[in-house]
Amino acid sequence: MTLAKGVNRGNRLARLIGLAAIAALVAWWFNRTVDPSPWTEIETEMLRSLWIGSLPPLAPDPSNAMADDPRAAKLGQQLFFDQRLSANGRIACATCHQPQRRFTDGRARGQAIGTSKRNTPSIVGTAHSPWLYWDGRKDSLWSQALSPLEDPNEHAGTRMQYVRLIATDSSYRAAYEALIGPLPDLSDRSRFPDAAAPVAEPQLHAAWQAMTTHDRELVNRIFVNIGKSIAAYERLLMPGPSRFDAYVQAVLDRDEAAQHATFSDDEIMGLRLFIGEANCTQCHNGPLFTNFEFHNTGVTTFPSEVPDKGRIVGVRSVKSDPFNCLGAYSDDPAKDCAELRFTRTGPELIGAMRTPSLRNLEGTGPYMHKGQMASLAAVLDHYNRAPLAMIGHNEAKPLKLNRRERMQLENFLKTLAAPLATPAEWLGAPADDDARLAVHAGSAP
Amino acid sequence: MASGLRSAGVRLCSRVFFRHLTALVLMVALLAASIAEENQSESADNGVWISQSGLFKVGYESQQHPIAINRMHSWVLHVATADGQPVANADISLTGGMPAHDHGLPTSPRMTQYLGNGEYLIEGMRFHMNGSWEITITISTAGNRDTVVILLEL
Repeated sequence: MTLAKGVNRGNRLARLIGLAAIAALVAWWFNRTVDPSPWTEIETEMLRSLWIGSLPPLAPDPSNAMADDPRAAKLGQQLFFDQRLSANGRIACATCHQPQRRFTDGRARGQAIGTSKRNTPSIVGTAHSPWLYWDGRKDSLWSQALSPLEDPNEHAGTRMQYVRLIATDSSYRAAYEALIGPLPDLSDRSRFPDAAAPVAEPQLHAAWQAMTTHDRELVNRIFVNIGKSIAAYERLLMPGPSRFDAYVQAVLDRDEAAQHATFSDDEIMGLRLFIGEANCTQCHNGPLFTNFEFHNTGVTTFPSEVPDKGRIVGVRSVKSDPFNCLGAYSDDPAKDCAELRFTRTGPELIGAMRTPSLRNLEGTGPYMHKGQMASLAAVLDHYNRAPLAMIGHNEAKPLKLNRRERMQLENFLKTLAAPLATPAEWLGAPADDDARLAVHAGSAP
Repeated sequence: MASGLRSAGVRLCSRVFFRHLTALVLMVALLAASIAEENQSESADNGVWISQSGLFKVGYESQQHPIAINRMHSWVLHVATADGQPVANADISLTGGMPAHDHGLPTSPRMTQYLGNGEYLIEGMRFHMNGSWEITITISTAGNRDTVVILLEL
């Protein structure tokens, strides 16, 4: 009896130890973070395709004759940071595209004269994109740069006002004339009013309509050149190599020590998920982590707003834009404009938004087209659930990643942060040469 | 006590065995799938695709080798009759997509020029994802119309 009891107890203890061992093994199996194997050849090629070393040199923009003229970039930089380019003299491009925030603003939606309709996207690397804006309603940087200047919620000014600023500011006038040629005489207020633009506001619109076709054309040309200068500046804003790129370099060099010195096991596992199970590279592919295309991923609308139609409207808009690649203001004599000529439409584009680059993701939230998601964790949770789209069809399927996997994915995404490749002198308002000289002269003994 | 430990050990062993068995089954399945895939691509003999009713033989040459994602490029289609004669001045239309993702091409490519000798220039090709793509080409000549589906893996 006593013996039997002892055996029983022993059995129970052994069973318990066995169960504990199995539980420990199972726990280890699910929680192990040691990277299980080296990268296969196919995976290595995928890593190479995401690597910044695979970023091709920036293609020329034939629609902008001064796209790569450093003088235009200098003028564009001045314009980008100039608050006089607004209705109230207090809004510049840099108000929302802040260099210290990777050219975003940290807000759900842009805040300028009013609140803009969508989240402020970064400008870094967008010179590589055939489409601009979340809905791709612009097909060049220069054409894009013109829109916010007259948007009533953004700069809210008029092209007539901006063109007059170029003509009356001696520094702008000199830079413009050196670059493009003499400016026309805009002093006759009966021909060139203070404010006029083809915008919705009735008075400004009427003032624009009252001008002759010839005069409107003169103003449009100068206005377009403002956009083309800003584009020349924006073409310089490029992402720099991140810790991820150093890791890929180590993989390509087959340097295991460098790989483990660069990435933690969690980050490696996150990268594995990124290029594998989590399907991220379906859209976030190539060295800028974007395919520059439009996808509906079931991002819910902003509370109390109707769902955003996205690309289906954007594609119509860009095709009828007078400032598009096929228009009279494009400098491309061949009018190749392949992207614009071969755009497609269809129900897939309902609610579709442009895939954003993931480089410098950290610190550029809130995320998504209306800043609906405050954190990367929220974004990953969204893709994990892949809810039904409010309009159109959500292309994404639920990922069903566990919490640890989502954390690993997030850790990996953070490795894409890096200082820009652009020299520091371009990452702020230009130093005023004259003022600096004056200070030096004043401080001389 | 000893028998208890043994039974726990047996359980552990059987778990390990089952995990290996799962791995073995998976490997066999993968092997079978890869063989099936090879068979499928063999249906396109040397890059020549036969249209669904057998009226045309179609080949293509991409301006890009290999085709890279996210780059606009052109194709040249070679269209011949079943007995190999070049087909001149056909109407060619083209659609495409990824069946697995339920979406089409990111662009709407078109035949923009007949180059002679059964060759047609297709402009506006661009792929925006790696994976399996299907390009469906409809060829119409006087009285004949047929469709060919080209499969490609990026």
